[in-house]
Amino acid sequence: MFHSRTRLATGTALALTTALSLSACGGSKSGESSAAESCVDTSGDTIKLGFLNSTSGAMAISEQTVRDSLAMAAEEINASGGILGKKIEPVVEDGASDPAIFAEKIEKLLTGDCVAAVFGGWTSASRKAMLPVVEADNGLLFYPVQYEGLEASKNIYYSGATTNQQIIPAMDFLKSQGVKTLFLAGSDYVFPRTANKIIKQYAKELGIKIVGEEYVPLDDDDWTTQVAKIADAKPDFVFNTINGSSNVGFIKAYYEQGLSPATSPIISVSIAEEEAPAMGKDVTGQYAAWNYFQSVKSPANETFIKAFQAKYGADRPTSDPMEAAYTSLYLYKALVEKADSFDVDKINDSADGVSFDAPEGTVTIDGENHHIAKTGLIGRINKDNQFDVVWSSEEPIEPDPFLKGYSWWDPSAS
Amino acid sequence: MNRLLPLARTWGPLIGIALVAIALLVVAPAVLSPFRLNNLGKYVCWAIAGVGIGLAWGRGGMLVMGQGVFFGLGGYAMAMHLKLEAAMATGGPDAIPDFMVLYGDGTMPGWWEPFRSGAFTLFAIVALPAVAATILGWAIFKRRVKGAYFAILTQALAVAFATLLIATIKQTGGFNGLNQFTLFFGYNLYDPVNKKMIYSIAAAVLVVCLVVVWQLYRSRFGELLVATRDAEERVRFLGHDPANIKLVAFIVAAIMASIGGALFAPITGIISPSDVDATASIFLIAGVALGGRALLLGPALGALAVGYGRTALSESFPDQWTYFLGLLFIVVILFFPSGLGNAWSQVTQRLRPQHQEATR
Repeated sequence: MFHSRTRLATGTALALTTALSLSACGGSKSGESSAAESCVDTSGDTIKLGFLNSTSGAMAISEQTVRDSLAMAAEEINASGGILGKKIEPVVEDGASDPAIFAEKIEKLLTGDCVAAVFGGWTSASRKAMLPVVEADNGLLFYPVQYEGLEASKNIYYSGATTNQQIIPAMDFLKSQGVKTLFLAGSDYVFPRTANKIIKQYAKELGIKIVGEEYVPLDDDDWTTQVAKIADAKPDFVFNTINGSSNVGFIKAYYEQGLSPATSPIISVSIAEEEAPAMGKDVTGQYAAWNYFQSVKSPANETFIKAFQAKYGADRPTSDPMEAAYTSLYLYKALVEKADSFDVDKINDSADGVSFDAPEGTVTIDGENHHIAKTGLIGRINKDNQFDVVWSSEEPIEPDPFLKGYSWWDPSAS
Repeated sequence: MNRLLPLARTWGPLIGIALVAIALLVVAPAVLSPFRLNNLGKYVCWAIAGVGIGLAWGRGGMLVMGQGVFFGLGGYAMAMHLKLEAAMATGGPDAIPDFMVLYGDGTMPGWWEPFRSGAFTLFAIVALPAVAATILGWAIFKRRVKGAYFAILTQALAVAFATLLIATIKQTGGFNGLNQFTLFFGYNLYDPVNKKMIYSIAAAVLVVCLVVVWQLYRSRFGELLVATRDAEERVRFLGHDPANIKLVAFIVAAIMASIGGALFAPITGIISPSDVDATASIFLIAGVALGGRALLLGPALGALAVGYGRTALSESFPDQWTYFLGLLFIVVILFFPSGLGNAWSQVTQRLRPQHQEATR
């Protein structure tokens, strides 16, 4: 009696489930993904823009600076009349340092809030997670951080540097310094791996010898054994592609093992004005490759620094990613005004040549790959943790994310 | 009244499962926007893993702090197949995933090869966690490792697993994980109709998992599992090997986590180390604890609630939401240590303290 009742119950449950799921299922195999209808509302006197940065989790400390400069740019643009006469209405979301959350939130911003464009992302992981979503919804994403290149999407504008605007200029600088031997130290992450692949191939071309290559996981601070190898190799320069707080452990080990800028100086691609004072050691004399330094002399930069410090405090430095984020919002304004529309396709059609007189200098959008022409700069850290510009590419470098213009580049070589 | 009790015992849980099924499979698709439905699909994946945790932890007393490992085994197995499917759709039958060309040397490791087959992938999603859990569980339970030691061990595994994934950038995509899928067994992943279909599959799987554990709970095995949790030595003296009983629960929990992960990949479009690491594992546990770990529906409903809470709180308070979520957990653990699902019986017990022993 009990037993049969159980069976009956189980049977009912399974039958119910099957029936329900069959009724709910209705896959369309042939279905060409119906082109996403834009739901952006341009009828009012405001336009919604999404700011998607991590304000919690490991990346919050970096991404908060980007959020701050985006907020400032939005206020400035609103104070001077908005975009096409519409005031910006920011919709902010937390990416929580988690790529899956970035994917969820950008979908929410594009299809739920119907924002006209999204600004944010920091890690490549977050950008890679957002890319398929923004393409499927035919939205727009403005990504403000230097990255490893090898990407171009018609739905993303990259306002940070690609490799030929940061890594390759850094190598040109090293060549100009007469560097013969180079040691590569990086986080075990896609950016350092790709950067070092490019560095190794270009070094061969330049006649620079790579005397070592070491990686440590992103969240690992212990560089003792790897730095010992640097001390043994005595390279002319160390190329540092370490991300985030792992730099602190690296710098600590570097000075404790007797290395110094006099013997084997470091050139970094992720230590900026924000990070330099946080290294726990005096890093005077070390180098960094960026496209913007707070010390850049230009009227636009003076205005930018003054406004930023008035809003957030006189002790707050400005740095490359926050400048690139600030610039990206102004570029969006210029894009919309040139297209005379918030429509993504119209913006893309007239994107080529759109420029902005940014704090770093004049930047111009390449309509083909959606990156921007930027000037490559090398700075040396002074005792105030500011960077003295010691080398410059003089002219803005045309973006070349796939390094098509570099004959020595072979993407399939290891 | 007395004659109705057995009836309620049989049909009560079933009505509960049926209500969940109707809510997820009929009501939700009718009222939610495609985006919200897809989000719910993500919570459903966590709930599937949660049901397994309810079995292992709630009934079996094993605090499985590393279910992210099994979630990841299923998630990565599915993601590898989807990645290959996307590559083969554009580059022919020998095409390899884009990231191996971009960041590696343009060759694919041999162990990726079988995942070109959808059938093998489905088999692997069940077999991989089963084999891993068997080996692991055997080693742990035969040595009578339990309690906090077991929890620490599983947690450490989740940390090691995430570290391994990050370190093998050329094989698993590293920190970025696997993403940019286009097809799901031939269906376009960005077609709203197909997204709805994948959601329905996930919801149906959750209901099936609930039916499975309900059957397990009322079987002899279920009785033995609870007995092992409450008095392992006595079970041993009765002639049963507690290690085997725990092992079965551990394996079932691992398979459920793996299936949850396998559905998570196409629903969110990405699987990365941050979805399977120690934090993600604790997050899975949190949902189960909130809902009531020893109840039939508690773990699933708890996981759904935590998933929803995370989204809702972060949308309303993008800068402070983590504090609110933390506060919520503290309140629940302080006042309802056995979960919100038990809140009602706990309150009535407090009102009638003399019944406390009887209702245990």
